[in-house]
Amino acid sequence: MSLGAFLALISLTLLRGLGIPGTPFGPLSFGLPMILAFFIALLLTGLAAIIIDRILYLRLRRTGPIVLLVASIGVSFFLRNIIQFIWGPQPQYYFKAIQIARKIPLLGIRIKPDEVFIIIVAALLVIGLHFFLQKTKTGKAMRAASDNMELARVSGIDTEKVIMWTWAIGASLAAAGGILAGIEDKFITPDMGWQMLLPIFAAVILGGIGNPYGAMAGGMIIGLSGEISTAFISTAYKPAVAFVIIVIMLLIKPRGLFGTR
Amino acid sequence: MDTLVGILNYLVFFAITAGIYAVLCLGLNIQFGYTGLFNIGIAGFYAVGAYTSALLSGPPPGPLDWRTVGGFQLPWVVGLLGAIIASGIIAFFIGLLTLRLKEDYLAIATIGIAEVIRLILKNEGWLSNTVWGIKHIPSPLHQPIEAGVSSFLKGHPQLSPWLIHFISNAYNWFYLALVLVILGLLYWVSERSIRSPWGRVLRTIREDEAIAAVSGKNVFSFKLQSFVLGAMVMGMAGSLYAHYAKFIDASSFEPLYGTFLIWVMLIAGGSGNSKGAILGAFLIWGIWAGTDFLTGYLALSATRVASLRVIAIAILLELVLLLRPQGLLGEEKAVSKMMGK
Amino acid sequence: MILEARNIKAGYGGVEILHGISMGVDKAEIISIIGPNGAGKSTLMKTILGLLKPTHGKIIFDGHDITGLDPDKIVRRGICYVPQTDNVFPSLTVEENLEMGAFIRKDDFRGRMKEIYGIFPDLKEAKRFRVRKLSGGQRQMVAMARALMLDPQVLLLDEPSMSLSPRLVKLIFEKIVEINKSGVGILMVEQNAREALKLCHRGYVLAMGRNKFEDTGQALLNNEKVGKLYLGG
Ligand SMILES: Nc1ncnc2c1ncn2[C@@H]1O[C@H](COP(=O)(O)OP(=O)(O)OP(=O)(O)O)[C@@H](O)[C@H]1O
Ligand SMILES: [Mg+2]
Repeated sequence: MSLGAFLALISLTLLRGLGIPGTPFGPLSFGLPMILAFFIALLLTGLAAIIIDRILYLRLRRTGPIVLLVASIGVSFFLRNIIQFIWGPQPQYYFKAIQIARKIPLLGIRIKPDEVFIIIVAALLVIGLHFFLQKTKTGKAMRAASDNMELARVSGIDTEKVIMWTWAIGASLAAAGGILAGIEDKFITPDMGWQMLLPIFAAVILGGIGNPYGAMAGGMIIGLSGEISTAFISTAYKPAVAFVIIVIMLLIKPRGLFGTR
Repeated sequence: MDTLVGILNYLVFFAITAGIYAVLCLGLNIQFGYTGLFNIGIAGFYAVGAYTSALLSGPPPGPLDWRTVGGFQLPWVVGLLGAIIASGIIAFFIGLLTLRLKEDYLAIATIGIAEVIRLILKNEGWLSNTVWGIKHIPSPLHQPIEAGVSSFLKGHPQLSPWLIHFISNAYNWFYLALVLVILGLLYWVSERSIRSPWGRVLRTIREDEAIAAVSGKNVFSFKLQSFVLGAMVMGMAGSLYAHYAKFIDASSFEPLYGTFLIWVMLIAGGSGNSKGAILGAFLIWGIWAGTDFLTGYLALSATRVASLRVIAIAILLELVLLLRPQGLLGEEKAVSKMMGK
Repeated sequence: MILEARNIKAGYGGVEILHGISMGVDKAEIISIIGPNGAGKSTLMKTILGLLKPTHGKIIFDGHDITGLDPDKIVRRGICYVPQTDNVFPSLTVEENLEMGAFIRKDDFRGRMKEIYGIFPDLKEAKRFRVRKLSGGQRQMVAMARALMLDPQVLLLDEPSMSLSPRLVKLIFEKIVEINKSGVGILMVEQNAREALKLCHRGYVLAMGRNKFEDTGQALLNNEKVGKLYLGG
């Protein structure tokens, strides 16, 4: 996730350097370079995931799931420190201008134009993922493989390739999340992914592991409860709220709210 | 001669730290090496041990401290026992919650509890004194040994400087001996238990849970025992660290030092093998501490060198996983053979 | 013989289960394999399909040696397989299950899908339902339909009638005969041994990982020893 956000930063600086006009779009605090950088970063992160899969995970998958877990911890420290090596631990800014929230006439709430943009992009990503999983051959094969890996194999599905695509798409989506978080906060840090880890796990457990729609709903619930909790307890404990939700779920419904399997 | 003593003193310091890491590795080896339990929140148990011990045996809060609790100045052994019990209790609840479920849940819960513990230590001043940490944690037998050393040095004023240098380090030698005795004891217990029927059940669970269940073993209870025992050993390491460093704050228990390095050590040394766990701790800590000297040679900032070292260690881990997944020593044959029966 | 297994030895992680089994399927033949629980029937199917690698022996399909190939390669050549358990994708719809069966087809497979819906009209009605919601009999039909999407020359069925009611067993057996009439060779493992032997051309009896008997279905039914030992008297 940090990787994606930082790749966006590279592309952003590169594009600015190339002289792509940086005039902000209408009320947004950024312009065309940011949008282009977004797509470039998604592609590059997906590519990085594929490379790591081919070099490392592909060979380790045969050894078993625990070895993969150990390896992925190594990868996360590796990537985070590459970012830290290049940019250092301090925050990096996408842009510095302060944006003023505007009132939406009918709803009576105040919201920044950037935030409207974030909501729209997030919604588009959700719709895109839904379309991909339901309508494309690879998307269906992904659902099939997650249902029953061995049956997918005996149906002639190249499960290795499916897993690779899953990595790539997962990584790109994480990158998108990182960039959107960066737009909201205006800055990115190498450990932003780590900070989000617990809330993400909580969302996935809430939705049921292996259920993308559950995860999306879980994400909304975790995000909201995190924000609501700040009315009662210190903001420093936002991640702890996620942990409490994990504990409650494990106690009462470990398969997730919508869990079937 | 004097430089030689300097190097020797550094080696003692190095060996104490590596020894504490070796204790952590033995704890992880019980959980992961023997039973296959995936704990990525080692730092949490380590920190709980350190803070419990510091609060039990440490001094009461000073006038400038935020902290309002702890500082009972109890003997070090009480602190150590408290550390073991506190880590064990937390592990018991985490285990109770997750060990019946798929392994992913244990991983998530351990990473979660470690994060929550870190957040508490960072934010709850009354308990942890936040970033100012807990200071002046007494080291066991520190006063008598130092007093003995200084009276000896007073009695022998004409000693050569290097000898004085050497003798003044006596306390560290004592602490090293203490760590090594504890390590030896843990090694012995660990080896004994894995060769016992109890240990064989753990390994069967690691290899194939279904077989263990079919042969009438309460898999959950065995897993819980292994997880709690491992966590207790980690708590012990926390106490050893706190009383040696004399000062602790949340930054000593970040995922890098508290969890990641320990995984690399166990995997590199040979998971499932107590000798491997100890070897891995000394070896990886040697590489880690050794590369610290690079900071002077590379024309890079300290944070960059730090990142570079983590990158190198991460690559090392992946290489071990790819090329020698059993680690340097691998699992001992004698034990594997017993598995077959 | 279109499919032939010669003296196969195979097992799991060093434990040999099959100690040299041989058998064959002719073009458009129905072969039944019967034998007690744990005889190695499912293991044989998995070995033919390439999920297990034999330590000894050869598997010949259509004149080519396919021993040791990966399942997706073997499936491409025209052998499809319906496992004994977990033989559907429960969270996918019926139609999506069939599409997964045709995953490796690059051409338009809608014609084939229509043919299969012709064999299993129930499935056509339920094609938008998630398989999780279907009954056991319907699931078994989905499983067979999925395996037929590639138009295989040989279909491996591992206990297709498992835990179905007598009425459904009869129905499934009728479907198997119907599929066979369309030119597909069938190698099936069955616990409903009498019924299976009645409808097959030839049968094999396995026990303890070895061939015990081999004859036409009718002859095996009449064989006293087989009757006593394997058909419950
Ligand atoms: N995945 C596996 N790992 C290890 N051993 C296995 C595995 N699957 C089956 N076996 C063993 O192989 C032997 C043969 O099993 P197999 O499933 O082939 O029998 P079967 O003839 O199909 O029996 P059933 O009628 O119960 O389906 C059994 O002793 C079984 O315990
Ligand atoms: Mg079977």
